[in-house]
Amino acid sequence: MPSGVIFAIILLPLFSFLIISFIFRPFFNHRPQLSWYTTIGAIGTSLALSIWTFIEVSAQEGHVLAMPDYEWLAIGDTVINIGVTVDALAAVMLIVVTVVSLMVQFYSRGYMHGDGGYIRYFAFMSLFTASMLGLVLADNLIFLFLFWEGVGLCSYLLIGFWFHKPEAARAAMKAFVVTRLGDFGFLVAILLLYAKTGTFDIGELQHLALAGTLGGAVLTWAAIGVFSGAMGKSAQFPLHTWLPDAMEGPTPVSALIHAATMVAAGVYLVARMFPVFASDATAITTVAVIGGFTAIFAATMGLVMNDIKRVLAYSTISQLGYMMLGLGVVGMAVASGTISTEHGLTLGVAVGIFHLFTHAFFKALLFLGAGSVSHATGTFDMRMMGGLRKAMPWTYLMFLIASLSLAGIWPLAGFWSKEGILAQAQDTAPILFYLAIITVFMTAFYMFRVIFLTFCGEYRGKAHLHESPLVMLLPMGILTILAVIAGLIGVNEFLGEHSYGFFEALTHPLAWASLCLAGAGIFLAYAIYGAKWLSAASLRQRFAPIYTLLSRKYWLDELYENLFLMRLMINGIFGLFHWVDGHIVDGAVNGIATVTVMGGSLIRRLETGQLQAYGLAIFIGIIAIVAFLLIFS
Amino acid sequence: MSVGLEHFLILSAVLFAIGLYGVLAKRNAVVILMSIEIMLTAVNIAMVAFSRYSHIISGQVFVIFIMVVAAAEAAVGLALIIAIYRSRKTVDAEKFDLMKW
Repeated sequence: MPSGVIFAIILLPLFSFLIISFIFRPFFNHRPQLSWYTTIGAIGTSLALSIWTFIEVSAQEGHVLAMPDYEWLAIGDTVINIGVTVDALAAVMLIVVTVVSLMVQFYSRGYMHGDGGYIRYFAFMSLFTASMLGLVLADNLIFLFLFWEGVGLCSYLLIGFWFHKPEAARAAMKAFVVTRLGDFGFLVAILLLYAKTGTFDIGELQHLALAGTLGGAVLTWAAIGVFSGAMGKSAQFPLHTWLPDAMEGPTPVSALIHAATMVAAGVYLVARMFPVFASDATAITTVAVIGGFTAIFAATMGLVMNDIKRVLAYSTISQLGYMMLGLGVVGMAVASGTISTEHGLTLGVAVGIFHLFTHAFFKALLFLGAGSVSHATGTFDMRMMGGLRKAMPWTYLMFLIASLSLAGIWPLAGFWSKEGILAQAQDTAPILFYLAIITVFMTAFYMFRVIFLTFCGEYRGKAHLHESPLVMLLPMGILTILAVIAGLIGVNEFLGEHSYGFFEALTHPLAWASLCLAGAGIFLAYAIYGAKWLSAASLRQRFAPIYTLLSRKYWLDELYENLFLMRLMINGIFGLFHWVDGHIVDGAVNGIATVTVMGGSLIRRLETGQLQAYGLAIFIGIIAIVAFLLIFS
Repeated sequence: MSVGLEHFLILSAVLFAIGLYGVLAKRNAVVILMSIEIMLTAVNIAMVAFSRYSHIISGQVFVIFIMVVAAAEAAVGLALIIAIYRSRKTVDAEKFDLMKW
């Protein structure tokens, strides 16, 4: 297929952004629907081209399409190319991004209806989609970093979409700054790799790492630097604090950016650089440990949140931790030589990205469901919901299916991808495996806590309840179908993982263990929030210290903001800078002025105004000059 | 003892020194002006002497010019002193210290 098609996938949404921003916004402001049509047209065409690409890639031997590079910049001997990688990983990511983005754009028409920033919204959404598609296709680190920052910018713009709300503006700033901490490490790693190898090309870096040319401490630090970028974007501990706050943005934005695509960019980056990571035991173990810890750590906070979107946000962090864990444990097996390098490299990517693939659909659906709920109730606080099942049967049904899929119930999509990760973890890292399987229980519990609080019981709010319009339900329906079948359509085999038969999966003890734990989680949620056999309030009292710890999010926000930001940064470092500026820099300037003034007031005493004193001075001066000339000439 | 160039120059130097002393040490502005005239005269003597001994006549012509300029200068200087006297009722040079810090 022509390489122009691949570039068109990126450029169509980009043109959509340009047309909306520079033509529709200034000249057709009274017809906001034009921006929607343009966005849908561009992303729809990108989706069609992505499907074409996917088919072409699957027809190729080895699932790679060779694409020419174009020279972008030449600085001395350094040449930076624009090039794309079209392999199985990129093809799967293209499908995820375009499908979820298109569904979200349809949904947004209903959700954003009548909003003052309607045109701006679709302009940013187009720009985001273009950046995300560029990110998954880029074949060198500079080009990738460009789009990496592009999605970060769009995330900032869309979290702060309602910038007149102080919380939204603050959350946008927080997201930008926290991810920037990670991006700094990423940029340093890119420069370190370039300094050592002289190339930005990801394929070449992979070869160098596998051949052992690139190795030792340089490789370790470069991989950890790249991973720090991934930690920022994918909200891994300890840089996870921005994602729950990012829920201040419009809900479709949360579904697209902060659930399905952008936050998965970190996982994608680790998968894209997987041979580099897997060549270094320290780096890949870091990935696995951070991922496994984040999975359980975020899940515990999800247990107690009252805001439906925040529960989903912690769930997203937790699931992203799973993906990192999946990549990490297979990489550890490769690094320790337990499985062959060739097999392990495709297997690791397959395990991690398969979960990314299924998660994108059911988590986007959960967010769209939460948006649908808030569309009716006007709030995200679950204490003001309840009993919505009767008023919103379709939303309920689809939310339930997505929750079951997330909880990993057979035969929904989440089951297949989560089993893959658990099976790999069990073989390689037992401690991380136990963390992950406890997380399965927690995931089922918090999702069904949401369901029982939101859809069951009596309605506790005051709004007039109604089902959402068809334009919102239809994209949710398509995502529901994907949340059911995404695990069965063979994407994992396409990526290179062995896939189990429909019933064969149930013959494994591990599947039963995780199904039982998920069932236990659902049952516990039912006992507390559904049937109310156990009182939530008394449990909260009995475990008050733990409850406080979790609901205050381990005081990490306070730790970061009060300790690091206020004490260390503002009072400490900024205080030091302020002192240096006030006393040393200003002191030098003022000191020079003072010395000049004082010296002047001393020297001016010489100006006596006495005619004869001047005459004497002239005479002495002449004598001195003459004496000088006589002595030295 | 024949009179040579040295004697003229010594006379010139002595006169110049007396004039300089008067300029620097005397308080009365009129006396200072007179001392300046003595210094000019000393220079004139040196110039005429050099002119005579080196047979270059332009030195003597210059002296005539200097005397003309000195006469004009004396007139302007005396006029200034009278103007100062009229405003300040003194010709003491130490009292003319308006141009100090």
